[in-house]
Amino acid sequence: MVAEIEPSNVESAFLLQALGKGIRVDGRGIHDYRRLRISCGPAAGMAEVHLGQTRVLARVSCEVTRPFPDRATEGIVQFSAELSSLAAPGLEGKTAQEVAIARMVERVIRQSRAVDTEALCILAGEKVWLVRLDLHFLDHGGNLMDAASIAAIAALKHFRRPDVTVDGENAIIHSVRERNPVPLSIHHSPICVSFGFFGGDLVVLDPSLLEEQTQQSSFTVTLNAHREICALNKAGGAPLSPKQIQRCIQIALVKVDEVNEKIQDALKASTA
Amino acid sequence: MADVKVVLPGDVVDTGAAAQEGAVLRLGPGLVQASERTSAAVAGVLHSDGDVWWVAGNRRRYVPAEGEPVVGVVVARHGEGYRVDIGSAHDALLPLLAFEGATKRNKPSLAVGTVVYGRVVVANSFMDPEIECYNSHTGKSEGYGELTGGFMFKCSLGLARRLIGSKAPVLAALGSDLPFEVAIGVNGRVWVSAEGPEKTVLVANAIRNSEYLDAKQCRQMVKELLDR
Repeated sequence: MVAEIEPSNVESAFLLQALGKGIRVDGRGIHDYRRLRISCGPAAGMAEVHLGQTRVLARVSCEVTRPFPDRATEGIVQFSAELSSLAAPGLEGKTAQEVAIARMVERVIRQSRAVDTEALCILAGEKVWLVRLDLHFLDHGGNLMDAASIAAIAALKHFRRPDVTVDGENAIIHSVRERNPVPLSIHHSPICVSFGFFGGDLVVLDPSLLEEQTQQSSFTVTLNAHREICALNKAGGAPLSPKQIQRCIQIALVKVDEVNEKIQDALKASTA
Repeated sequence: MADVKVVLPGDVVDTGAAAQEGAVLRLGPGLVQASERTSAAVAGVLHSDGDVWWVAGNRRRYVPAEGEPVVGVVVARHGEGYRVDIGSAHDALLPLLAFEGATKRNKPSLAVGTVVYGRVVVANSFMDPEIECYNSHTGKSEGYGELTGGFMFKCSLGLARRLIGSKAPVLAALGSDLPFEVAIGVNGRVWVSAEGPEKTVLVANAIRNSEYLDAKQCRQMVKELLDR
Protein backbone atom coordinates (compact mmCIF):
# COMPACT_ATOMS: atom_id res chain seq x y z
CA MET A 1 0.00 0.00 0.00
CA VAL A 2 2.36 2.67 -1.18
CA ALA A 3 0.10 5.66 -1.54
CA GLU A 4 -1.93 5.22 1.64
CA ILE A 5 0.59 3.68 3.99
CA GLU A 6 2.62 5.94 6.21
CA PRO A 7 6.39 5.53 5.99
CA SER A 8 8.10 3.86 8.94
CA ASN A 9 9.29 5.86 11.95
CA VAL A 10 12.89 5.22 10.98
CA GLU A 11 12.45 6.59 7.46
CA SER A 12 10.59 9.78 8.34
CA ALA A 13 12.74 10.55 11.39
CA PHE A 14 15.92 10.12 9.40
CA LEU A 15 14.61 12.14 6.47
CA LEU A 16 13.76 15.11 8.70
CA GLN A 17 17.02 14.85 10.61
CA ALA A 18 19.06 14.77 7.39
CA LEU A 19 17.01 17.56 5.80
CA GLY A 20 17.69 19.73 8.84
CA LYS A 21 21.36 19.50 7.83
CA GLY A 22 20.57 20.15 4.17
CA ILE A 23 21.05 16.53 3.12
CA ARG A 24 18.51 14.64 1.03
CA VAL A 25 18.36 10.89 1.49
CA ASP A 26 19.25 10.18 -2.11
CA GLY A 27 22.23 12.52 -1.99
CA ARG A 28 20.78 15.30 -4.19
CA GLY A 29 20.83 19.02 -3.50
CA ILE A 30 17.54 20.46 -2.29
CA HIS A 31 16.93 22.22 -5.59
CA ASP A 32 18.02 19.37 -7.84
CA TYR A 33 15.80 17.37 -10.12
CA ARG A 34 16.38 13.65 -10.31
CA ARG A 35 17.79 12.29 -13.55
CA LEU A 36 15.32 13.18 -16.30
CA ARG A 37 15.20 11.08 -19.45
CA ILE A 38 12.63 11.66 -22.19
CA SER A 39 12.23 9.37 -25.15
CA CYS A 40 9.73 9.95 -27.94
CA GLY A 41 8.38 7.39 -30.34
CA PRO A 42 8.46 4.93 -32.01
CA ALA A 43 4.80 5.67 -32.75
CA ALA A 44 3.80 9.30 -33.31
CA GLY A 45 2.51 10.82 -30.12
CA MET A 46 4.23 8.41 -27.76
CA ALA A 47 6.52 9.76 -25.06
CA GLU A 48 8.07 8.02 -22.08
CA VAL A 49 9.55 9.99 -19.22
CA HIS A 50 11.89 8.68 -16.54
CA LEU A 51 12.22 11.06 -13.61
CA GLY A 52 14.44 9.19 -11.16
CA GLN A 53 12.46 6.06 -10.45
CA THR A 54 9.12 7.51 -11.62
CA ARG A 55 8.09 6.36 -15.09
CA VAL A 56 5.21 7.68 -17.15
CA LEU A 57 4.10 6.78 -20.64
CA ALA A 58 1.95 9.26 -22.57
CA ARG A 59 0.09 8.35 -25.75
CA VAL A 60 -1.78 10.70 -28.00
CA SER A 61 -4.37 9.51 -30.50
CA CYS A 62 -7.10 11.21 -32.51
CA GLU A 63 -10.38 10.52 -34.20
CA VAL A 64 -13.07 12.52 -35.97
CA THR A 65 -16.22 13.33 -34.02
CA ARG A 66 -19.07 15.81 -33.70
CA PRO A 67 -18.17 18.92 -31.74
CA PHE A 68 -19.99 20.04 -28.61
CA PRO A 69 -23.06 22.09 -29.63
CA ASP A 70 -21.93 25.17 -27.72
CA ARG A 71 -18.42 25.03 -29.22
CA ALA A 72 -19.11 24.20 -32.82
CA THR A 73 -15.81 25.44 -34.19
CA GLU A 74 -13.48 23.92 -31.63
CA GLY A 75 -11.94 20.49 -31.46
CA ILE A 76 -11.95 18.43 -28.28
CA VAL A 77 -8.98 17.40 -26.14
CA GLN A 78 -9.54 14.60 -23.62
CA PHE A 79 -7.28 13.44 -20.81
CA SER A 80 -7.14 10.21 -18.89
CA ALA A 81 -4.67 8.82 -16.39
CA GLU A 82 -4.12 5.23 -15.30
CA LEU A 83 -2.43 4.57 -11.98
CA SER A 84 -2.63 0.85 -11.31
CA SER A 85 -0.80 -1.65 -9.15
CA LEU A 86 1.82 -1.86 -11.86
CA ALA A 87 3.15 1.40 -10.47
CA ALA A 88 3.06 0.46 -6.82
CA PRO A 89 1.48 -2.21 -4.65
CA GLY A 90 -1.85 -1.31 -3.13
CA LEU A 91 -3.08 0.95 -5.92
CA GLU A 92 -6.15 -0.86 -7.13
CA GLY A 93 -9.25 0.48 -8.75
CA LYS A 94 -9.80 4.12 -9.49
CA THR A 95 -7.95 6.03 -6.78
CA ALA A 96 -8.46 9.65 -5.91
CA GLN A 97 -4.88 10.34 -6.91
CA GLU A 98 -5.46 9.05 -10.44
CA VAL A 99 -8.41 11.36 -10.93
CA ALA A 100 -6.55 14.28 -9.35
CA ILE A 101 -3.62 13.92 -11.73
CA ALA A 102 -5.82 13.61 -14.80
CA ARG A 103 -7.71 16.72 -13.71
CA MET A 104 -4.52 18.63 -13.01
CA VAL A 105 -2.99 17.81 -16.41
CA GLU A 106 -6.30 18.70 -18.01
CA ARG A 107 -6.40 22.03 -16.19
CA VAL A 108 -2.82 22.82 -17.03
CA ILE A 109 -3.16 22.06 -20.73
CA ARG A 110 -6.76 22.91 -21.49
CA GLN A 111 -7.27 26.04 -19.42
CA SER A 112 -3.96 27.55 -20.44
CA ARG A 113 -4.96 26.85 -24.05
CA ALA A 114 -1.72 25.08 -24.83
CA VAL A 115 -3.30 23.15 -27.68
CA ASP A 116 -5.00 25.26 -30.35
CA THR A 117 -8.50 23.74 -30.45
CA GLU A 118 -9.75 25.95 -33.29
CA ALA A 119 -7.09 24.45 -35.53
CA LEU A 120 -8.70 21.07 -34.82
CA CYS A 121 -11.93 22.05 -36.55
CA ILE A 122 -12.66 20.33 -39.86
CA LEU A 123 -16.24 21.31 -40.67
CA ALA A 124 -17.88 23.70 -38.22
CA GLY A 125 -20.71 22.08 -36.35
CA GLU A 126 -20.16 18.67 -37.92
CA LYS A 127 -16.66 17.33 -37.81
CA VAL A 128 -13.80 18.13 -35.51
CA TRP A 129 -10.75 16.26 -34.27
CA LEU A 130 -10.97 14.61 -30.87
CA VAL A 131 -7.44 14.38 -29.47
CA ARG A 132 -7.01 11.92 -26.63
CA LEU A 133 -4.06 11.99 -24.24
CA ASP A 134 -3.64 8.84 -22.15
CA LEU A 135 -1.15 8.75 -19.30
CA HIS A 136 0.01 5.39 -17.97
CA PHE A 137 2.06 5.41 -14.79
CA LEU A 138 4.51 2.55 -14.94
CA ASP A 139 6.38 3.22 -11.72
CA HIS A 140 5.55 5.43 -8.74
CA GLY A 141 8.76 6.95 -7.43
CA GLY A 142 7.20 10.19 -6.28
CA ASN A 143 6.23 13.43 -8.03
CA LEU A 144 3.93 11.94 -10.63
CA MET A 145 2.65 15.39 -11.51
CA ASP A 146 5.86 16.80 -12.97
CA ALA A 147 6.64 13.62 -14.88
CA ALA A 148 3.07 13.54 -16.23
CA SER A 149 3.19 17.13 -17.48
CA ILE A 150 6.55 16.60 -19.21
CA ALA A 151 5.31 13.40 -20.86
CA ALA A 152 2.06 15.08 -21.92
CA ILE A 153 3.78 18.02 -23.59
CA ALA A 154 6.40 15.83 -25.27
CA ALA A 155 3.72 13.49 -26.60
CA LEU A 156 1.51 16.31 -27.87
CA LYS A 157 4.45 17.93 -29.65
CA HIS A 158 5.52 14.59 -31.09
CA PHE A 159 2.07 13.65 -32.36
CA ARG A 160 1.07 13.87 -36.03
CA ARG A 161 -2.55 13.86 -37.15
CA PRO A 162 -3.76 12.98 -40.66
CA ASP A 163 -3.93 15.87 -43.09
CA VAL A 164 -7.38 17.15 -44.10
CA THR A 165 -8.59 19.06 -47.18
CA VAL A 166 -11.90 20.82 -46.93
CA ASP A 167 -13.75 21.40 -50.19
CA GLY A 168 -16.94 23.30 -49.50
CA GLU A 169 -19.16 20.86 -47.64
CA ASN A 170 -16.85 17.87 -48.03
CA ALA A 171 -13.87 17.07 -45.94
CA ILE A 172 -11.32 14.60 -47.25
CA ILE A 173 -9.15 13.01 -44.61
CA HIS A 174 -5.93 11.86 -46.24
CA SER A 175 -4.38 8.60 -45.12
CA VAL A 176 -0.82 8.77 -43.86
CA ARG A 177 0.38 7.09 -47.02
CA GLU A 178 -1.14 9.76 -49.25
CA ARG A 179 0.07 12.80 -47.42
CA ASN A 180 2.44 13.37 -44.53
CA PRO A 181 0.57 13.76 -41.26
CA VAL A 182 0.77 17.20 -39.71
CA PRO A 183 1.68 18.23 -36.16
CA LEU A 184 -0.81 19.72 -33.71
CA SER A 185 -0.79 23.45 -33.30
CA ILE A 186 0.66 24.04 -29.83
CA HIS A 187 0.84 27.59 -28.52
CA HIS A 188 3.10 27.03 -25.54
CA SER A 189 4.42 24.27 -23.30
CA PRO A 190 3.29 24.43 -19.68
CA ILE A 191 5.54 22.41 -17.38
CA CYS A 192 4.70 21.61 -13.76
CA VAL A 193 7.37 22.01 -11.08
CA SER A 194 6.53 20.58 -7.66
CA PHE A 195 7.93 21.41 -4.24
CA GLY A 196 7.57 19.69 -0.89
CA PHE A 197 7.59 21.54 2.44
CA PHE A 198 8.58 20.11 5.79
CA GLY A 199 7.95 22.90 8.28
CA GLY A 200 10.22 25.84 9.06
CA ASP A 201 12.18 26.79 5.97
CA LEU A 202 12.74 23.24 4.70
CA VAL A 203 11.72 22.93 1.07
CA VAL A 204 12.77 20.44 -1.60
CA LEU A 205 12.27 20.39 -5.35
CA ASP A 206 10.98 17.26 -7.06
CA PRO A 207 10.08 15.22 -3.98
CA SER A 208 10.82 11.50 -4.14
CA LEU A 209 8.21 9.03 -2.91
CA LEU A 210 9.46 9.01 0.68
CA GLU A 211 9.64 12.82 0.73
CA GLU A 212 6.12 13.01 -0.67
CA GLN A 213 4.82 10.72 2.06
CA THR A 214 6.57 12.71 4.81
CA GLN A 215 5.98 16.27 3.64
CA GLN A 216 3.63 18.64 5.41
CA SER A 217 2.44 20.38 2.29
CA SER A 218 3.10 20.39 -1.42
CA PHE A 219 2.98 23.13 -3.99
CA THR A 220 3.05 22.92 -7.78
CA VAL A 221 3.69 25.87 -10.06
CA THR A 222 3.14 25.51 -13.79
CA LEU A 223 5.21 27.75 -16.04
CA ASN A 224 5.98 27.93 -19.72
CA ALA A 225 9.03 29.03 -21.66
CA HIS A 226 7.66 32.59 -21.95
CA ARG A 227 7.94 32.96 -18.17
CA GLU A 228 4.16 32.96 -17.77
CA ILE A 229 2.50 31.28 -14.80
CA CYS A 230 -0.11 28.91 -16.19
CA ALA A 231 -1.34 27.42 -12.93
CA LEU A 232 -0.64 27.28 -9.22
CA ASN A 233 -1.74 24.28 -7.25
CA LYS A 234 -1.76 23.89 -3.51
CA ALA A 235 -4.28 21.42 -2.17
CA GLY A 236 -4.40 21.15 1.59
CA GLY A 237 -1.42 20.86 3.88
CA ALA A 238 0.29 23.44 6.07
CA PRO A 239 -0.01 27.10 4.97
CA LEU A 240 2.78 28.81 2.99
CA SER A 241 3.92 32.42 3.19
CA PRO A 242 3.99 34.60 0.06
CA LYS A 243 7.79 34.80 0.35
CA GLN A 244 8.09 31.00 0.15
CA ILE A 245 5.84 30.95 -2.90
CA GLN A 246 7.86 33.69 -4.60
CA ARG A 247 11.09 31.80 -3.98
CA CYS A 248 9.63 28.62 -5.43
CA ILE A 249 8.53 30.45 -8.55
CA GLN A 250 12.03 31.87 -9.03
CA ILE A 251 13.58 28.41 -8.76
CA ALA A 252 10.95 26.95 -11.07
CA LEU A 253 11.69 29.54 -13.76
CA VAL A 254 15.23 28.21 -14.09
CA LYS A 255 14.16 24.57 -14.04
CA VAL A 256 11.46 24.98 -16.68
CA ASP A 257 14.02 26.26 -19.19
CA GLU A 258 16.21 23.20 -18.58
CA VAL A 259 13.25 20.85 -18.94
CA ASN A 260 12.05 22.48 -22.16
CA GLU A 261 15.54 22.09 -23.61
CA LYS A 262 15.47 18.39 -22.76
CA ILE A 263 12.09 18.01 -24.45
CA GLN A 264 13.42 19.72 -27.59
CA ASP A 265 16.46 17.41 -27.61
CA ALA A 266 14.24 14.35 -27.24
CA LEU A 267 11.96 15.45 -30.08
CA LYS A 268 14.95 16.09 -32.33
CA ALA A 269 16.48 12.73 -31.44
CA SER A 270 13.33 10.86 -32.37
CA THR A 271 13.03 12.30 -35.85
CA ALA A 272 16.75 12.11 -36.59
CA MET B 1 33.52 -18.06 -17.65
CA ALA B 2 30.90 -20.79 -17.64
CA ASP B 3 28.04 -20.61 -20.08
CA VAL B 4 25.41 -18.24 -18.73
CA LYS B 5 21.97 -19.42 -19.74
CA VAL B 6 19.23 -16.82 -19.61
CA VAL B 7 15.68 -18.14 -19.71
CA LEU B 8 12.34 -16.45 -20.20
CA PRO B 9 9.00 -17.62 -18.80
CA GLY B 10 7.78 -20.53 -20.85
CA ASP B 11 11.19 -21.68 -22.07
CA VAL B 12 11.66 -25.40 -21.88
CA VAL B 13 14.75 -26.23 -19.84
CA ASP B 14 16.94 -29.13 -20.84
CA THR B 15 18.26 -30.60 -17.62
CA GLY B 16 19.69 -33.76 -19.12
CA ALA B 17 17.37 -35.80 -16.94
CA ALA B 18 15.43 -37.18 -19.84
CA ALA B 19 18.52 -39.20 -20.77
CA GLN B 20 18.56 -41.14 -17.48
CA GLU B 21 15.57 -43.27 -16.54
CA GLY B 22 14.30 -42.75 -13.05
CA ALA B 23 16.51 -39.71 -12.39
CA VAL B 24 15.30 -37.52 -9.56
CA LEU B 25 15.45 -33.83 -10.10
CA ARG B 26 14.88 -31.11 -7.55
CA LEU B 27 13.31 -28.01 -8.96
CA GLY B 28 14.00 -24.82 -7.08
CA PRO B 29 12.46 -21.37 -7.44
CA GLY B 30 11.41 -20.34 -10.91
CA LEU B 31 11.00 -23.79 -12.44
CA VAL B 32 7.80 -25.78 -12.88
CA GLN B 33 7.16 -29.24 -14.16
CA ALA B 34 4.74 -29.45 -17.05
CA SER B 35 4.04 -33.17 -17.79
CA GLU B 36 7.46 -34.48 -18.78
CA ARG B 37 9.17 -31.23 -19.43
CA THR B 38 10.64 -28.66 -17.12
CA SER B 39 9.94 -25.09 -18.02
CA ALA B 40 10.92 -21.75 -16.57
CA ALA B 41 8.29 -19.63 -14.84
CA VAL B 42 10.38 -16.49 -14.33
CA ALA B 43 12.92 -14.59 -16.36
CA GLY B 44 16.49 -14.95 -15.16
CA VAL B 45 19.70 -16.94 -15.21
CA LEU B 46 19.50 -20.73 -14.98
CA HIS B 47 21.64 -22.34 -12.27
CA SER B 48 22.24 -25.91 -11.31
CA ASP B 49 24.10 -27.67 -8.54
CA GLY B 50 24.11 -31.42 -8.92
CA ASP B 51 20.47 -32.37 -9.20
CA VAL B 52 19.06 -29.06 -7.98
CA TRP B 53 18.07 -26.61 -10.65
CA TRP B 54 16.75 -23.07 -10.19
CA VAL B 55 16.32 -19.73 -11.93
CA ALA B 56 17.76 -16.61 -10.33
CA GLY B 57 15.25 -13.99 -11.32
CA ASN B 58 15.06 -10.37 -10.30
CA ARG B 59 11.84 -8.60 -9.38
CA ARG B 60 10.66 -6.09 -6.85
CA ARG B 61 7.52 -7.76 -5.48
CA TYR B 62 8.30 -10.22 -2.71
CA VAL B 63 6.70 -13.67 -2.29
CA PRO B 64 7.41 -14.93 1.24
CA ALA B 65 9.17 -18.24 1.79
CA GLU B 66 9.89 -20.00 5.06
CA GLY B 67 13.14 -19.26 6.80
CA GLU B 68 13.96 -16.03 5.01
CA PRO B 69 15.05 -12.89 6.88
CA VAL B 70 12.85 -9.90 6.15
CA VAL B 71 12.65 -6.26 7.19
CA GLY B 72 9.09 -5.24 8.01
CA VAL B 73 7.15 -2.22 9.22
CA VAL B 74 4.49 -2.56 11.93
CA VAL B 75 1.14 -1.33 10.63
CA ALA B 76 -1.29 -2.41 13.34
CA ARG B 77 -1.50 -4.11 16.71
CA HIS B 78 -4.13 -6.72 17.42
CA GLY B 79 -4.86 -8.80 20.47
CA GLU B 80 -2.46 -11.61 19.69
CA GLY B 81 0.15 -9.90 17.64
CA TYR B 82 1.26 -7.20 15.27
CA ARG B 83 0.43 -6.85 11.59
CA VAL B 84 3.67 -6.22 9.77
CA ASP B 85 4.03 -5.05 6.19
CA ILE B 86 6.81 -7.04 4.53
CA GLY B 87 6.03 -6.02 0.99
CA SER B 88 4.16 -9.20 0.14
CA ALA B 89 0.57 -9.38 -1.07
CA HIS B 90 -0.68 -9.86 2.49
CA ASP B 91 0.68 -8.36 5.68
CA ALA B 92 2.46 -10.77 8.01
CA LEU B 93 1.51 -11.66 11.56
CA LEU B 94 4.10 -11.20 14.31
CA PRO B 95 2.98 -12.80 17.59
CA LEU B 96 3.42 -10.67 20.71
CA LEU B 97 5.63 -13.28 22.33
CA ALA B 98 7.92 -13.88 19.36
CA PHE B 99 10.78 -11.87 20.85
CA GLU B 100 13.77 -12.80 22.96
CA GLY B 101 12.88 -13.12 26.61
CA ALA B 102 9.22 -12.28 26.13
CA THR B 103 6.73 -13.64 28.64
CA LYS B 104 3.07 -12.90 29.29
CA ARG B 105 4.07 -10.33 31.90
CA ASN B 106 6.99 -8.86 30.00
CA LYS B 107 6.06 -8.13 26.40
CA PRO B 108 7.78 -5.58 24.20
CA SER B 109 5.50 -2.82 23.03
CA LEU B 110 6.06 -1.68 19.46
CA ALA B 111 4.47 1.48 18.10
CA VAL B 112 2.89 1.57 14.65
CA GLY B 113 5.61 2.45 12.17
CA THR B 114 8.41 0.57 13.95
CA VAL B 115 10.88 -1.24 11.74
CA VAL B 116 11.56 -4.87 12.69
CA TYR B 117 13.96 -7.50 11.44
CA GLY B 118 12.36 -10.93 11.51
CA ARG B 119 12.41 -14.41 10.08
CA VAL B 120 9.53 -15.88 8.07
CA VAL B 121 8.00 -18.83 9.91
CA VAL B 122 4.87 -19.61 7.92
CA ALA B 123 4.52 -18.89 4.23
CA ASN B 124 2.09 -20.66 1.96
CA SER B 125 -0.58 -19.62 -0.46
CA PHE B 126 -3.49 -20.40 1.89
CA MET B 127 -2.59 -18.40 4.97
CA ASP B 128 -1.21 -14.99 5.77
CA PRO B 129 2.54 -15.14 6.33
CA GLU B 130 3.92 -15.16 9.85
CA ILE B 131 7.25 -13.88 11.11
CA GLU B 132 9.14 -14.08 14.38
CA CYS B 133 11.77 -11.79 15.82
CA TYR B 134 13.98 -14.35 17.48
CA ASN B 135 15.26 -17.84 16.89
CA SER B 136 12.53 -20.02 18.38
CA HIS B 137 14.91 -22.97 18.82
CA THR B 138 17.55 -21.20 20.85
CA GLY B 139 15.37 -18.44 22.26
CA LYS B 140 17.98 -15.81 21.38
CA SER B 141 17.34 -12.78 19.22
CA GLU B 142 20.39 -13.35 16.94
CA GLY B 143 20.07 -9.90 15.48
CA TYR B 144 16.32 -10.03 14.94
CA GLY B 145 13.98 -7.60 16.66
CA GLU B 146 13.30 -3.89 16.53
CA LEU B 147 15.64 -1.69 14.49
CA THR B 148 16.11 1.83 15.82
CA GLY B 149 17.78 4.82 14.25
CA GLY B 150 19.44 4.64 10.85
CA PHE B 151 17.58 4.59 7.57
CA MET B 152 15.67 2.03 5.53
CA PHE B 153 15.37 1.90 1.76
CA LYS B 154 13.99 -0.45 -0.87
CA CYS B 155 15.92 -2.30 -3.53
CA SER B 156 15.31 -5.13 -5.98
CA LEU B 157 15.07 -8.70 -4.68
CA GLY B 158 18.11 -9.82 -6.67
CA LEU B 159 20.34 -7.15 -5.11
CA ALA B 160 19.12 -8.06 -1.62
CA ARG B 161 19.96 -11.72 -2.09
CA ARG B 162 23.43 -10.91 -3.36
CA LEU B 163 24.08 -8.65 -0.40
CA ILE B 164 23.24 -11.35 2.10
CA GLY B 165 25.98 -13.82 1.22
CA SER B 166 28.70 -11.95 3.14
CA LYS B 167 30.88 -11.86 0.06
CA ALA B 168 29.10 -8.78 -1.31
CA PRO B 169 31.91 -6.56 -2.63
CA VAL B 170 30.18 -3.26 -1.93
CA LEU B 171 29.77 -4.05 1.78
CA ALA B 172 33.39 -5.17 2.06
CA ALA B 173 34.60 -2.03 0.29
CA LEU B 174 32.54 0.22 2.55
CA GLY B 175 33.43 -1.68 5.70
CA SER B 176 37.15 -1.21 5.23
CA ASP B 177 36.78 2.57 5.57
CA LEU B 178 33.54 3.30 7.35
CA PRO B 179 31.93 1.69 10.39
CA PHE B 180 28.26 0.92 9.75
CA GLU B 181 25.50 -1.54 10.58
CA VAL B 182 23.24 -3.11 8.02
CA ALA B 183 20.21 -5.42 8.16
CA ILE B 184 19.24 -6.95 4.84
CA GLY B 185 15.78 -8.33 4.16
CA VAL B 186 15.31 -10.61 1.16
CA ASN B 187 12.03 -8.78 0.66
CA GLY B 188 14.01 -6.02 -0.96
CA ARG B 189 14.42 -3.75 2.07
CA VAL B 190 17.71 -2.76 3.60
CA TRP B 191 18.28 -0.93 6.89
CA VAL B 192 21.57 0.91 7.36
CA SER B 193 22.98 2.86 10.24
CA ALA B 194 26.22 4.80 10.25
CA GLU B 195 27.61 7.76 12.15
CA GLY B 196 25.54 10.76 11.22
CA PRO B 197 23.15 11.37 8.33
CA GLU B 198 25.87 12.06 5.73
CA LYS B 199 27.59 8.72 6.22
CA THR B 200 24.27 6.87 6.35
CA VAL B 201 23.17 8.43 3.06
CA LEU B 202 26.56 7.54 1.58
CA VAL B 203 26.22 3.88 2.56
CA ALA B 204 22.64 3.73 1.28
CA ASN B 205 23.60 5.27 -2.06
CA ALA B 206 26.64 3.00 -2.44
CA ILE B 207 24.49 -0.07 -1.93
CA ARG B 208 21.84 1.18 -4.35
CA ASN B 209 24.43 2.00 -7.00
CA SER B 210 26.11 -1.40 -6.74
CA GLU B 211 23.31 -3.35 -8.38
CA TYR B 212 24.85 -3.74 -11.83
CA LEU B 213 28.52 -3.30 -10.94
CA ASP B 214 31.05 -6.09 -10.62
CA ALA B 215 33.51 -6.29 -7.73
CA LYS B 216 36.18 -4.02 -9.21
CA GLN B 217 33.64 -1.40 -10.27
CA CYS B 218 32.08 -1.53 -6.80
CA ARG B 219 35.39 -0.76 -5.15
CA GLN B 220 35.95 2.10 -7.59
CA MET B 221 32.48 3.52 -6.97
CA VAL B 222 32.87 3.33 -3.19
CA LYS B 223 36.26 5.01 -3.40
CA GLU B 224 34.79 7.87 -5.43
CA LEU B 225 31.95 8.34 -2.95
CA LEU B 226 34.27 8.35 0.04
CA ASP B 227 36.64 10.82 -1.55
CA ARG B 228 33.95 13.42 -2.11
